[in-house]
Amino acid sequence: MNAFEYAAPRTLDEALAVLGEHGDEARVIAGGTALVTMMRQRLVRPSYLVSLREIAGLDRIEAANGGLRLGALATHREVETSPRVRERLPVLAETFRRVASVRIRHMATVGGALAHADPNQDPPVTLIALGARVEIRGASGRRELPLEEFFRDYYESALEPGEVVTGVVVPSLPAASGAAYVKFLPRTADDYATVAVAATVSLEPDGERCRTARIALGSVGVTPIRARAAEALLAGQRVGADLLRAAGESVRGAVDPLSDHRGSAAYKREMAAVMAGRALTQAWDAARASVRGTR
Amino acid sequence: MNRKIRLTVNGTARAVEIPTYRTLLDCLRNDLGLTGSKEGCGVGVCGACTVLLDGKMISSCIALAVSADGHEITTIEGLAGDERLHPVQQAFIDAGGFQCGICTPGQVVSAKALLDAIPNPSDAEIREWMLGNLCRCTGYYKIIESIRAAAQPSRA
Ligand SMILES: Cc1cc2nc3c(=O)[nH]c(=O)nc-3n(C[C@H](O)[C@H](O)[C@H](O)COP(=O)(O)OP(=O)(O)OC[C@H]3O[C@@H](n4cnc5c(N)ncnc54)[C@H](O)[C@@H]3O)c2cc1C
Ligand code: FES
Ligand code: FES
Repeated sequence: MNAFEYAAPRTLDEALAVLGEHGDEARVIAGGTALVTMMRQRLVRPSYLVSLREIAGLDRIEAANGGLRLGALATHREVETSPRVRERLPVLAETFRRVASVRIRHMATVGGALAHADPNQDPPVTLIALGARVEIRGASGRRELPLEEFFRDYYESALEPGEVVTGVVVPSLPAASGAAYVKFLPRTADDYATVAVAATVSLEPDGERCRTARIALGSVGVTPIRARAAEALLAGQRVGADLLRAAGESVRGAVDPLSDHRGSAAYKREMAAVMAGRALTQAWDAARASVRGTR
Repeated sequence: MNRKIRLTVNGTARAVEIPTYRTLLDCLRNDLGLTGSKEGCGVGVCGACTVLLDGKMISSCIALAVSADGHEITTIEGLAGDERLHPVQQAFIDAGGFQCGICTPGQVVSAKALLDAIPNPSDAEIREWMLGNLCRCTGYYKIIESIRAAAQPSRA
């Protein structure tokens, strides 16, 4: 690794000030799982690291407007095991649980899962399907973005130099809804996904027709991808197995996978269609079950 | 760019001056002489470097020592009492939970962390917790048996 200065400020304002002072040369460090690995491999050589780890309160997981707010410094393990997350959005707890191993989940943070902007990560996929918004702080104030607009390219996010992700706000699902996360990883249980799909389905009050659906995919392009054509096929429809399969098939048009050691682009496109169909079916079944549960 | 950091390592306060780029693993092994933790992969995958930071297991190969300033570290060297092995260590010996031994410090520290978190884990919980600790020798069954034995000696 290269030599660098290191600061571990106790407040966010101090962190922003140091970042502002050092511009492009400075880098935020949170869990360090991605950054230290990249520095060891000499892929990045920042001359200043600003740690967020000693800032109190940045790791909070709290209720917000009926939904949830995950602080940037909350670890993956904290999200996975949070009673609040498990109760309100079990699909989110389950998604974080599918990341790497318990050991890595003790280190990696929510903010790192977003700012790293690796399209193979799990949390962004489900967070996009749930309609999450990312909170950003910079020297000039705070802003918020829908998460799907945050990812710009391979390892590239909408963060400007000196900006920090402070948290992510996740709305709760409406009544009569279901959600599912399907991570297809044929190699080992702690691998990154070959293809990942998150789906949410909300039903009309009659409990028979789909009101809205949201589908997001990971590992099939340079950013996580939202499959709007598939969503449109389902909205307002009386849904059956054929339509769910057709909606799954339609994601072929939305994805643009890269060939790598996890599979060829053609294989991943094929699997994206299959896994999207499965995720939608699971979300639909869960939505139907939630209606039956309340009647 | 050196930094003086203070750690509590296995219950003892230590102060050490290190370059900021020192990994926690190198700091423990080279600066503090605790060579029980091993480097296998160096990228967070294999678990040979597992230590506890404030009681939570982490990969020390991808942690910066400066980030541990002011915190508590437990390594494999901190598990045994004066004349007595930790129950997890004893169980690995009794049940044959290791062969070459390179992965063993990490396995034992991870297993201790598991039993701290879940005193009587199911087999599924053992497997999920331990899946990030790779072993090229044992085929894993003996490791799972060792942990089962440490959790509940009567069940082994
Ligand atoms: C062996 C291994 C396996 C993994 N497997 C998976 C997997 O299967 N699925 C998965 O989803 N993830 C996986 N991960 C985790 C993932 O790849 C990242 O390493 C992790 O999410 C990064 O989080 P961090 O807190 O450690 O970030 P860091 O390493 O600290 O930072 C990563 C990047 O984000 C920036 N950053 C961090 N926090 C902030 C913030 N709050 N504001 C602004 N910028 C910030 C840093 O400057 C840096 O550029 C794995 C990691 C490892 C090491
Ligand atoms: S050496 Fe740290 S996880 Fe392999
Ligand atoms: S005992 Fe040899 S690698 Fe595990």
